[in-house]
Amino acid sequence: MTMHRRKVLKGIAGAGVGLAALKAPYVWAQDAPFKIGLLTVKTGPLAQGGIQMEQGIATFLKQKQNTLGGRKIEFISADTGGNAAGAKTKAQELIEREKVNVVLGPLAAAELLAITDYVRDNQTPLISLGAAEDVTQRNANPFVIRASSTSGQCTHVLGDYAFKELKFKRAATVAEDWAFGYEQMAGFQRTFEEAGGKVVKKLWAPLNTPDFTPYIAQLANVDCVANGFAGSNPVKFMRAYADLGAKARFPLLAGWTAMDDALLRSLGDEAVGVVSAHWYSSSFDTPSNKQFVADMRKDYNVLPGGYSAGMYIAGQCVEAAIKLVGGKSVDGKTFADALHKVTLDDTPRGKFSLDRFGNVVGTVFVRKCERKDGQLVNTVVKTYPDVSQFWTYDEKAFLANPVYARDYPPAKNLE
Amino acid sequence: MLRYIGFEEARLLAISSFAYGGLLFLLSSGFSLIFGLMRIPNLMHGSFFMLGAYFGVSMLEKGLTTDALKAIPKIGGAFNFLPSFTILPPNFFLIAIISGLLVAGIGALVERYLLRRLNGQELPQVLLTLGLSFVIADLCLMIWTGDPWQPATPAELRGVVQFGTLFFPLYRVAIIGIAVVIAVALWLMVDWTRLGAMIRAGVDDPQIARVCGIKVSQLFTLVFALGAGLAAFGGVVGAPYLSVYPGLDADMLPLALIVVILGGTGSLLGALVGSFLIGLLYNFGQAMVPDLSYVILFLPMLLVLVLRPQGLFGRSIP
Amino acid sequence: MSFAPAGFITVRRVALAITFALLLTLPFWVGNSYYINISSQILLYAVFALALNVLVGYGGLVSLGHAGLFAIAGYTAALLLDAGHGHFVADVAAIVVTLAASAVFAVLALRSTGIGFLMITLALGQIVWGIAYRWASLTNGDNGLKITTRPSPFGLSLNGAPAFYYTTLLVFVVALVTMILFVRSPLGASLRGTRDQPRRMNALGYNVWLIRFFAFLFSGFWTAVSGLLFIYYNQFISPPIAALQTSAETLLMVISGGTATLLGPIAGAAILVIMKNVVSSYIERWNLVLGIIFVLIITFMPEGLVPGVTRLWRKGWSTLRGRKPEPEARKTGGHGS
Repeated sequence: MTMHRRKVLKGIAGAGVGLAALKAPYVWAQDAPFKIGLLTVKTGPLAQGGIQMEQGIATFLKQKQNTLGGRKIEFISADTGGNAAGAKTKAQELIEREKVNVVLGPLAAAELLAITDYVRDNQTPLISLGAAEDVTQRNANPFVIRASSTSGQCTHVLGDYAFKELKFKRAATVAEDWAFGYEQMAGFQRTFEEAGGKVVKKLWAPLNTPDFTPYIAQLANVDCVANGFAGSNPVKFMRAYADLGAKARFPLLAGWTAMDDALLRSLGDEAVGVVSAHWYSSSFDTPSNKQFVADMRKDYNVLPGGYSAGMYIAGQCVEAAIKLVGGKSVDGKTFADALHKVTLDDTPRGKFSLDRFGNVVGTVFVRKCERKDGQLVNTVVKTYPDVSQFWTYDEKAFLANPVYARDYPPAKNLE
Repeated sequence: MLRYIGFEEARLLAISSFAYGGLLFLLSSGFSLIFGLMRIPNLMHGSFFMLGAYFGVSMLEKGLTTDALKAIPKIGGAFNFLPSFTILPPNFFLIAIISGLLVAGIGALVERYLLRRLNGQELPQVLLTLGLSFVIADLCLMIWTGDPWQPATPAELRGVVQFGTLFFPLYRVAIIGIAVVIAVALWLMVDWTRLGAMIRAGVDDPQIARVCGIKVSQLFTLVFALGAGLAAFGGVVGAPYLSVYPGLDADMLPLALIVVILGGTGSLLGALVGSFLIGLLYNFGQAMVPDLSYVILFLPMLLVLVLRPQGLFGRSIP
Repeated sequence: MSFAPAGFITVRRVALAITFALLLTLPFWVGNSYYINISSQILLYAVFALALNVLVGYGGLVSLGHAGLFAIAGYTAALLLDAGHGHFVADVAAIVVTLAASAVFAVLALRSTGIGFLMITLALGQIVWGIAYRWASLTNGDNGLKITTRPSPFGLSLNGAPAFYYTTLLVFVVALVTMILFVRSPLGASLRGTRDQPRRMNALGYNVWLIRFFAFLFSGFWTAVSGLLFIYYNQFISPPIAALQTSAETLLMVISGGTATLLGPIAGAAILVIMKNVVSSYIERWNLVLGIIFVLIITFMPEGLVPGVTRLWRKGWSTLRGRKPEPEARKTGGHGS
């Protein structure tokens, strides 16, 4: 028995030492690694985008040999499972246990909204991929920047292009019945109608719709249909759209998630001819984009899309901010301020800067899907440089309106 | 609140309703037999559907060849030593059947070595089948990644056919045909064969069936495998329009439950009618009452259950 | 318990005392606030699982709609707080509304038992989920609602991880004690009676329906309380929390830990929370591991982890003493019969 007790005591003492080490105050040292935490989704239905996010930042860090602005990087990836509660717990892990200097992600809007207050209270900067408009608008937060786009940022362009260049007069919209769908289609409707068009039908399908026939069957008497689907839904939607003969009658327009370059490998002939607006194009000719696309092909055998590019660019922002603070260890607020000041000349999406709310001002590409040498490609047909989340509107007037929603701006031309 | 629809739209919706209902029948007929005969709430039935679809997708890419094995993401490299060899050309329906057979084999193994021990214990069966569905879902995610896969609609069934002035989406019509063929085959089997008689006896009263000398244990394995195989076959047939993606299993499982509850358990006719009913309800409900789109299946199901707990065609639910 | 060997009871008591002491001092030895928060989560899900266990374990009624009740409590409180009401008002109202919803659930679901009960509760849960998504003008849709403050009872702020942990622990202990009292009460005994022998209970003059109804309300009450803990912990609520997945996960906690035991659901909650949040940081394929854990539990201990370990322990203890193991009291599979 005595032996047992000694063993136990020894065990407790050992645990004590371990705890002391854990509790040691975190020391900021010049040679301490700079920690990047990634909130992503690697399991469950949203894993598609989440896996790509991790590939994007991993590619960037590999190119830089894990050293940004002279600082050694430690990278920690966390799987949120794609829901708000998971995002909160994983944010706690990254911030409280791992003491990361910056958080990248998360993927879904609800995940982002669940942790914006938390990162502010804990003074940890975050570079978001989630698109929820108000995070960089009415509820802007000094610790949050967004290097991808708001929901409406690309569809503003799409609506304008559809009327002015494609000469469409009457449009229907269809998207998932959730905030990302509402905000995207609100952006499309606003610019399309202000240019002179009419949105005569707005359809919303539940997130878990197995078959889109009930929505496609309602389309009639329009010049075009704009869709804002995400995840695996665009794949299902476009096939049904073609199978039901709608594609031949109503040209299809798409937001960025519905025609992402990374989604092309899941699509077939039904995607040919679809015109989309995206803040990233894998064919864009910048040095960093060429390198990025080549490395993604080499390491993962994929054509990268927005999810990977968004995190790659987030990595570039972190590097630029580290350089701005001179490679020194600084507190979260100082680093967040530095992130806000980042401007980049060469990113996969071209020139890059942030507005005063921390949202990206950058290129938006209008692309048309084609089959070239047997492969589907999104060929860029027009680029819009320096597009802000406010499009051409006055920032004050824009923010005085309610946030984009299911019924805002009001659809006055529904039939 | 209520949106009126014209004839052309209604016609399209009706075709889709029966096509969707046909798929649901492939999914739920097996579930119904398993539940009716063995009283097992098989919560991995959606996983069988998804697994079958993934198998089908991989085989359809390259046909049933050794190259298809090599092309499976992540684990395909292990087969690189094999020479290029074609067993079967990429024929859609042949592959759907092979896929069904593969998953039927998996189902038989699960029944024989895992479920068998839990005979009569409902909650442990729930835990086991849910646990296995986690395993299958994660393995699929590992092998086929998070990307959605959608095999091309078989070339001869693509697009629309025209009768007079009316257009019919061809593949959907084909699915209705397949479902009807399978339904008739199942009906012939259950009503006219010795196996069917044993199944019916087992559904009616397992104990008496055992006393009468029916080898219930082999019967169980067979029926479980059949159910799994039908679901997998349905997965491949459905893949060109449902696509395959992580989470397909969880999307399909509640549908199987709803169909079986509406139609009553252990009854093939019930499953068939229930499937078509759900197809109609889903398609017309979404189009006509958009405000209730999220609850369009559960609200009517609740009504039926509360008013008639044994389902529309079932005897009383155990 | 009276059949248990004397040594076993002592071991059990000592183990419980040690566990309680560890729980009480947890913030001092667990180190990082992250682990304190994980512990809070285990406790709050344990309360939820205990609440579900009342129906699943003791009543033989498998509910797949409890996530709906959980979400109703959370949304009610979140909406009232949003409208400017105080925490006390919001919390009391949340519990009252959830009790009312439980009564509705019960009236509808108790039309049936077995798989019928399961399906009705499933449908009800899915309807709550659908409303949470679709009625965006009320619930803010999938963008969810923030809960900006935690309550400060008696002026004590619950913002820190330890303060919140102790609150959760207190609630958890109260829940556990009421569960013990419930199980031992005449109502608890008659609920078990309705599970095993509904017809006989009826013949004996018990109102089987009413017993089940009250059990449902009791379960609903603690579901509401855990829902409140959940929103105060996360300070955010959005529709997926009402989804089938939440109900299924909680059911898995109950079954894997051991139905109709008090420690089982707690152990199940610990397994799930730790797998999902802690193990997932080290093992990318944690879902696979979780699935395998469930399969292993059910293969070697079909009665669940806690009763299974107890059985094996007893067996080991008896062998140690050189006695023949106690004959195992086979559970009369009371479900679905």
